[in-house]
Amino acid sequence: MRPRTPSAGLLLVTPALLMVAALFVYPFALSITSALTAADGFPSIANFSKAFELYSGDIVFSVLIVASSTALIALTAIAIAGALTLGETRWLVAALAALYRWPLFIPFIVAAQCMRTFLAKNGLLNNSIVSLGILDPAMTQSFLDWRGIVITFVWKQTPFVALLLAGAMASLDRATIEAARNMGAGRGRLLFEIVVPQVLPTLMVGLVLSIVTMLSVLSVPMMVAGSQPTMLTVDMAFRINAYGDYGVANALGVISYLITAGAAWLYLRHSLREGGRP
Amino acid sequence: MIVARLFSLVAKAGLLALLAFALIGPLANLVLWSIAERWYAPHKLPVSYGLRYWEIVFRPTGDAMGSLVTSVGIAVAVVVVAVAVSVPAGYALARLKLPFRAVIMIAFLLPQAFPSIVIYMNVARVFYGLGLAGTITGVVLVHSAHALVYSVWITTAAFAAVDRDLELAARNMGASPWRSFWTVTLPLATPGIMASAIFVFLESLDEFTGTFFVGVPQVTTLPLLLYNASMGGNYQIASITALILLVPSVLFMLVIERFLHADVLAKVGR
Repeated sequence: MRPRTPSAGLLLVTPALLMVAALFVYPFALSITSALTAADGFPSIANFSKAFELYSGDIVFSVLIVASSTALIALTAIAIAGALTLGETRWLVAALAALYRWPLFIPFIVAAQCMRTFLAKNGLLNNSIVSLGILDPAMTQSFLDWRGIVITFVWKQTPFVALLLAGAMASLDRATIEAARNMGAGRGRLLFEIVVPQVLPTLMVGLVLSIVTMLSVLSVPMMVAGSQPTMLTVDMAFRINAYGDYGVANALGVISYLITAGAAWLYLRHSLREGGRP
Repeated sequence: MIVARLFSLVAKAGLLALLAFALIGPLANLVLWSIAERWYAPHKLPVSYGLRYWEIVFRPTGDAMGSLVTSVGIAVAVVVVAVAVSVPAGYALARLKLPFRAVIMIAFLLPQAFPSIVIYMNVARVFYGLGLAGTITGVVLVHSAHALVYSVWITTAAFAAVDRDLELAARNMGASPWRSFWTVTLPLATPGIMASAIFVFLESLDEFTGTFFVGVPQVTTLPLLLYNASMGGNYQIASITALILLVPSVLFMLVIERFLHADVLAKVGR
């Protein structure tokens, strides 16, 4: 090991880079070429026309699910991280800190199975509401549709974003917060006008990563919701398993790249406006 | 004044209880299903309890034990591959002169920036042509590529956190570069590497989508068994499998802070 020459370093990184090239870059390129190639082998956009014809409803459905989940994740994470940072009731902050992280380490597939039973018509959620006398047993309904997907995503991703936010908030300068507090700012104003603007970059990173995750997860829409309408991930798996149709599946894949790219673009545009500090 | 304080106390306790229910309720439902022998509407709780399904799952000849062995075997192999590839890469990225270092670091982040399901289905297609589809090797490769993101970044941070002066001291006392690496740098970086190994192990154990495309139908890991049982309406088997998957995750949460020291965390991404 001769640490002085650049070639030694490159040699050591090569195996890892080769793995990324073979198992990520190549399949990524393949997904784009396959989406742009018709069944007869010529370049065409036929796969995209077919994807829009068959799945435009599911494209809109996926965007709406991801957008509403992201909004709810952001609000809940800000509330939790804000309570952890600005909370004055010590027992409440301690209990919250001990509780909120749990779903972070629970695999998506386990979360999906939990929700599949919890949100069902005869699940613990409905049964608890009925037992409290809030709802008549005949009025209960299953949440295993778009609501189930949103609830599962929010349940699973909020701790991740809240953890990042709480970390960023903890490293803020306490003097500004105390100054604003002394000048009579209420806790709501303190949170949304002093604290959140300073941790916005962290919030955006957490949300973009969550969006990519939500567009990658197959188990949640398959296990938590019925078949129609459904998310693009399920449609891709269906095109391949039922028809071996890689063209349309990859066209849907490229559409989901574009949705993520849209989210990343919003983030970059925002951080550029904030002074070029992503 | 007292009324206002009492009201605020009740409001806080109520909010906390609501949050606790939202977090623990779904898990409680899982535990209930795992010990329910019969449970149907309109009964709010299981009609009869028992461990019959646990006995079925843990029967040595059952599917679940086979899947557990497959899952753990794959996860161990993934850790070996990921550590073997990331230790040299992490050392080079943290210590050596490297052209395009920033580009290389970002290359390892790329797989996180795109929906991985699209990558997995195309990997499966390539593997089908290579005869790797439906094999353990194929699944290990897919999981390892996904794991590299974490393992390279955490390993790089672990090496970066090792004090350079200690290496120099070893060199000054006449140790060769190899010897100072094996006796000083590597042992000091080991807690960070362990943390990345644990992380990689869990990611592999819990992985569903990649195995769904590449491993089917021959390779049945625990997540696939869970999925099949759940879609087949066998909620007891699905819930017990889910609980088995939860054990390592919970253990991880309890021990991770011991391995992932703040000084390593501070170096992530530097």
